Amino acid sequence: MLSHALIITRREMRDSLRDWRIVTPIILLTLIFPALMTVTSGLAAEVAVAWGAGQNARVIMGRLVPFSLMIVGFFPISFSLVIALESFVGERERRSIEPLLSTPVSDGELYLGKLLSSMILPVLASYLGIVMYYVGLMMYSDYVISSTVLVLILVLTTMEAVVMVAGAVVVSSQTTSVRAANLLASFIIIPMALLLQVEAVLLFWGDYEVLWAMAVVLLMIDLMLIRTGMRIFNREELLSREFDEFNVPALWRTFKHLFACVPASVRLPRDGPAERLTVKRLYTRDVPQLLSLQKVPIVIVTVVMLAAMAGGWLFAFRYPLPAGLIDFQGITDVDFAASVPDAGFLPGFDPRSIFVHNLRVLGIGIAATPLSFGAAPLLLMLAPMLLVGFFAGEVGFLGLSPLLFLLAFILPHGIFELPAVVLATAFSLRFGASIMSPPSGFTISESVLLSISDLIKIFVLLVMPLLFLAAVAEVHITPLVIMHFFGG
Amino acid sequence: MALIRTERLTKKFGEFVAVRELTLSVDAGEILALLGPNGAGKTTTVRMLGSILKPTSGRADVAGYDVVGDARKVRGVVGLLTEFPGLYHRMQADSYLHFFGELQGLPRPKREERIEELMRRFGMWHARHQRLGEYSKGMRQKVALIRALLHDPQVLFLDEPTSAMDPQSAKMVRDAIAELRSSHRAVILCTHNLVEAETLADRIAIIKEGRIIALGTPPELKRELLGNPLLELRLGQPLDGLLPAIEDLVTIEEKGDTWVRYRAQEPGDTNPVLVRRLAEEGANIVTLSEVSRSLEEVYLRIVEE
Repeated sequence: MLSHALIITRREMRDSLRDWRIVTPIILLTLIFPALMTVTSGLAAEVAVAWGAGQNARVIMGRLVPFSLMIVGFFPISFSLVIALESFVGERERRSIEPLLSTPVSDGELYLGKLLSSMILPVLASYLGIVMYYVGLMMYSDYVISSTVLVLILVLTTMEAVVMVAGAVVVSSQTTSVRAANLLASFIIIPMALLLQVEAVLLFWGDYEVLWAMAVVLLMIDLMLIRTGMRIFNREELLSREFDEFNVPALWRTFKHLFACVPASVRLPRDGPAERLTVKRLYTRDVPQLLSLQKVPIVIVTVVMLAAMAGGWLFAFRYPLPAGLIDFQGITDVDFAASVPDAGFLPGFDPRSIFVHNLRVLGIGIAATPLSFGAAPLLLMLAPMLLVGFFAGEVGFLGLSPLLFLLAFILPHGIFELPAVVLATAFSLRFGASIMSPPSGFTISESVLLSISDLIKIFVLLVMPLLFLAAVAEVHITPLVIMHFFGG
Repeated sequence: MALIRTERLTKKFGEFVAVRELTLSVDAGEILALLGPNGAGKTTTVRMLGSILKPTSGRADVAGYDVVGDARKVRGVVGLLTEFPGLYHRMQADSYLHFFGELQGLPRPKREERIEELMRRFGMWHARHQRLGEYSKGMRQKVALIRALLHDPQVLFLDEPTSAMDPQSAKMVRDAIAELRSSHRAVILCTHNLVEAETLADRIAIIKEGRIIALGTPPELKRELLGNPLLELRLGQPLDGLLPAIEDLVTIEEKGDTWVRYRAQEPGDTNPVLVRRLAEEGANIVTLSEVSRSLEEVYLRIVEE
């Protein structure tokens, strides 16, 4: 596999090296910028000493130099995005991709070859810049960068380059022109800019543990994007897309077809009318099939939910509340009803308000799904689950039974609410994943439409009724159970 | 022996059916022209046969390999000249051809040999070190043709090889294609140029909205669609009074003062009788010839229908 990929990499790198628009800025950023940063760092240290920083001058250098190192490393890799867009979508625009696709090279080899060719030059330039800055500092100041920081910056830089290139492939697959791809590239540039700001803050703060964790997260994003790229960078996708057209009627027709299909037998392109859609069919066939088909995300969300509760419990061990802060034995119905409206972000204590509130929270999570690849609803679910676990743990400290707490405070309405939350989150997670890994034979847009259709079915047919039952139970049953066990 | 065989080959893009149940076969040594208007499905057919696109349904095999199951092998025995040459303009011609030769798995000595042989054959050897961006349109198309031929493919797909070319360059490329006819190779030529199809192809498939609507040799297509050959008789005198002598033999289509156009079921049998009868009537026959009918008439008739 590698030999074909390397043939492509070699050709593309040679091509890049012949392009002065790529070579000139890389040389400037690799050779001149590190020298400038060396001088700037030296000056900053001198200024710090001159202004009376004294011993703190070293601390200032310790904060400034890693940041400068990151900037020196990042500037050359920013070109990997341009090279990748040019390599992936530029070749398509110039129509030189088809001869390449007609050779015995596999889609994976082609992808790998282009990925490497887009990365190698900027990453090498970045490493060279970092080394030059490192050497410059050694020569012109007595400050030595720790090897840990150096490795951290090299790792972060490499991970960022992969994110940009792999992201560029995903962007390229949705367009047919470099112009359109450059416009879409803001989906990569803006998050990268935010990431750099966070990294800068952490570097100034000196919190390297968090930066290592970020490197791990970046690695996971890299793997996700590469997987997505390999799924969508294929001959079929490359040659089927002729225009960057947003065809709403066609999307609507596809959505209607996908919605009308029985989940286990969804087929595209459409090869005949779908089965008749009835409420009975939806409940007896569609819902059971969807639950069966989406076992994996349902299990994942359930595990995460339980883990969040366990995490809350552990927090309770770490931060025990002072004894007597909460008097569970003295709860009265007056306390219960009166305390809720005091918190402005909570709904009023009636079924309608609770139902609307829960619906709104899940809705916000779903709305944020496309931008977070499904992570937003999962994160939104974590907070209440952490709290439940935390309070269960605290109850244990107060000498009461955590199980009884869960049974009284959570179970009466949770028996409806928790499955609803798990289902909504699982199908949102799948909605997010649909962008990254469309099912075989589906384009990204078809995959997204299918996951939206499934989400709507589950949301309307199961989640909403369960949330309604939960809201009714929370107002009319849970307080009675609490009063029964904990009433004063 | 058929090198290309398709059976109800279909390709859909969403709801759009680009190729509809296409069934055909092309033998070794044969050139088949796929003739049709823009968007008829010619390029999609070639892309499916070259294992670049997967058929939605139906099947096809090329040189004995299934286009879906043995896609990689198919791409190894197929040469594709794309509608646009798609060259890398910053590369020199020889480096470019080496790149594609390497992807086709040709060892370096073999590549060098083939590149020299083909570049000389197409009169390009002198320009081998020139950058492709400096080439004329005709030269670029020739390099693309050499690229498609480097690995001596058993099956060659030529997609609009002369589109958007000036007449001289187009002739150059057409001559080159004519030279490619060989006993071990099958060629599919996609074109909407009727002259090209008629001069180069053994058989022509007219394709419209993804469906083959006529298939045969150029004379077969003409006979099938335009009827029996149209013959023209010119006399050295007015026609008056002579027609009754031949009206029972042929169908008169048009006539003038000294000429008549007619059709006959079997011209080989009918014409000698007709000439004899006219001679007996004292007619002075100047010429008797077949009125040439272009493929254009056939094509327009089919496509407009």
